[in-house]
Amino acid sequence: MQYHKHEAVIVGAGGAGLMAALYASKSVDTAVISKLYPTRSHTGAAQGGIGAALANLEEDHWEWHAYDTVKGADWMGDEPEIEFMCREAIDVVIELEHMGLPFDRTPDGKISQRPFGGHTNNMTKKPVRRAAHAADRTGHMILQTLYQQCIKNNVHFYDEFQVVDLILNDGKVAGVAAYEIATGELHIFHAKAVLFATGGFGRMWKITSNAHSYTGDGNAIALRRGIPMEDMEFYQFHPTGIRGMGILITEGVRGEGGVLINNEGERFMDRYAPTVKDLASRDVVSRAIYLEVKAGRGINGEDWVWLDIRPETVNYYFERDDIRNPDGTPRRIDADYVRQKLPDIADFTKTYLGVDPVKDPMPVQPTAHYAMGGIPTDVHGRVLIDEKETPLPGFYAAGECACVSAHGANRLGTNSLLDLVVFGRSAGKHMAQYCKNEADWTPLPENAGQEIAETLDHIRTNDGNEHPVKLKAELQQIMTDNVSVFRTQELLDEAVEKIQALRERYKHIGIQDKGKTFNTELLQAWELGNLLDLALVTAAAAANRTESRGAHARDDYPDRDDENWMKHSLAWLQPDGTVKLAYKPTRRIKNPDGAYKYPAIKRVY
Amino acid sequence: MAKVNVTVKILRFNPDVDEQPHWQTYEVKDIEETAQVLDVLHRIKWYQDGTLTLRSSCAHGVCGSDAMVINGHNRLACKTLVRDVMPTITVEPIRGLKVIKDLVVDMEPFFAHYKAVEPWFINPDPPPTRERLQSPEDRARFDDTTKCILCAACTTSCPSFWANGQYVGPAAIVQAHRWIFDSRDKGTAERLQILNDRFGVWACRTAFNCVEACPREIDITKAIGEVKKALTFGTVDF
Repeated sequence: MQYHKHEAVIVGAGGAGLMAALYASKSVDTAVISKLYPTRSHTGAAQGGIGAALANLEEDHWEWHAYDTVKGADWMGDEPEIEFMCREAIDVVIELEHMGLPFDRTPDGKISQRPFGGHTNNMTKKPVRRAAHAADRTGHMILQTLYQQCIKNNVHFYDEFQVVDLILNDGKVAGVAAYEIATGELHIFHAKAVLFATGGFGRMWKITSNAHSYTGDGNAIALRRGIPMEDMEFYQFHPTGIRGMGILITEGVRGEGGVLINNEGERFMDRYAPTVKDLASRDVVSRAIYLEVKAGRGINGEDWVWLDIRPETVNYYFERDDIRNPDGTPRRIDADYVRQKLPDIADFTKTYLGVDPVKDPMPVQPTAHYAMGGIPTDVHGRVLIDEKETPLPGFYAAGECACVSAHGANRLGTNSLLDLVVFGRSAGKHMAQYCKNEADWTPLPENAGQEIAETLDHIRTNDGNEHPVKLKAELQQIMTDNVSVFRTQELLDEAVEKIQALRERYKHIGIQDKGKTFNTELLQAWELGNLLDLALVTAAAAANRTESRGAHARDDYPDRDDENWMKHSLAWLQPDGTVKLAYKPTRRIKNPDGAYKYPAIKRVY
Repeated sequence: MAKVNVTVKILRFNPDVDEQPHWQTYEVKDIEETAQVLDVLHRIKWYQDGTLTLRSSCAHGVCGSDAMVINGHNRLACKTLVRDVMPTITVEPIRGLKVIKDLVVDMEPFFAHYKAVEPWFINPDPPPTRERLQSPEDRARFDDTTKCILCAACTTSCPSFWANGQYVGPAAIVQAHRWIFDSRDKGTAERLQILNDRFGVWACRTAFNCVEACPREIDITKAIGEVKKALTFGTVDF
């Protein structure tokens, strides 16, 4: 075992991890540990934009952004945290530009912005241009820009090291254990503070936009160390994944005027969201697709619909709905404009479908996309381990693996890139301060790393007859059938039971690769264990929430129940393998007169 | 969708047991024509031979993990469809970098070249309170080279790089180009100095392999040519 010592250790090198590293490294010795080369991180797959009320093209205010986010979250978000994010948004996007990020530009040279789902002018209720973007590769440019800044600032990187355990001592963080993928050696990192920025876990579903590496490693490690997961029942299904593959087609397509069409040739979002139509929030649009399919109006009676960005279609609806440019002229697009604004989408659909989106519509269906829930944190990234919000000293989380909660029951498009950089920055600052204030290092416990070393050795050498790949396929089938866009008590209870059975069988897995060098079969088997644990708490939290809110839609409880359910779930995985649930109220803001600043009303788009 | 059977020949090497790389052949049955070569490799790893080792992550051509040599050409496995390479698919690791195991190569020298061109924003002037302004035309000047995902398909297809690993390679020049032609950046002289070396742009012999290899369809030779031109004329205004 090798030992290393860094004051601040950041796990994960996507947007949140790199932003935190950039800030922490200004004043303390900082290391970033990542299972991938940083530029491979899934932030790079984000397409459409980052939300900020810059008002570069039309009137906008951060307060409008905050209201839209509260509403998008279906009143499950924590309102002070939402206000913090939307206020900081403007400054952080400007900061990214100052780092050299190549945003698209307006004719007068400012950062270009486009409409996105759920983002509105609060006065007219119409879509507002708020998504700052670099073509349809905004995440790619954010990831590259932050990585460039980190290498410029000599942040210490441990690439292709898989963090496998969080080391605690006497109720404080002491470091992490990491597995060096190339050699199979275990490393112990002694640290004053540790930040998890390990991303999401969409790979528990069959159809997902998520990378193969999105297996919830940080969340599962925290869960096993006694830290609860917050709001796991709220998982977002993005309406427009490429049919059968799940590859994301950005909401930016609809932001630029694209429309969803059913088997009858109808633009069906007219009926579900009369004001903003195809730019309703993602949970609403995904449910609409599901209902169309259920009513037999999927294409050819199947489980998918068309997404149409052909200029003739878009211009027809622009004219019908009298959509105008900021200067008042009628809005129209042509094929060149689509190619310039959505080049990667055109590349994906040509590569995988043989479809040119300016000539043919694209076949789409909802795809597992984003975890609103995760490791409970405050705005400084501090991890809160119970319903009394007790912090765990030295432990931080940010990005998709964390739950602030700025997204509540449903995240708005463009708010994930925003979450990464806003909360990555605040967490990086806070952890640096914490490291400076803590004169003493929490000592490493004597047996640090021993337990996880045994676990990994067991997976590698065990000759069990359960095949991890088959278990994973079964898990993905259960989650797709039972814990998806629409849910019932029966389906969810059955899911809990079936996942428990899979967890039992997981103890008897066997793999073929017994070597130490670059053993990805071993790591994939370990990652499956992470997905199983997180799927269990997801299904259990969903089974217990007897209402429909945001992304958690129940056939048997179709209405939102503010009286009983305006509260976040906390799910613990207990040593006996069962799930314990507790709840804490959503944080709401009151006006001086005592009334709620954001009164909870029925969501209509 | 039509299903096909394919024969997959993979150049394998495990340093723990092998002295030399060797070919191993697998048969994959009933796979969709439109499946990715990455799906084929996963099918082998997951259902036939767990020891087969490769990198992959996003599986749709944006993370740059799975560059490899497929039927003799540098490709991303996730952007190459079975129907375009069947019925016999040969797969080798990218060339010019040390093989760690099977299709996994040591990327450190590649990233060292990347870092050598100072691929970050250089501008000592204090920033304005709002964004720096840039016209859409100035922004378009370097758009092509912002697409690079650092997959190394270009650099490891380059005969000059195979001949001498000290050559920074096309990917690093693309990354330098992205800054040299960005009107906001002030590090042009510095970067051009770095590239004005026999292992810098002048090692490029315009073999055009890189252009053919790039999964992002970047016109790499054009970018390298523009950097050479900037060095020759001492200006980026042409």
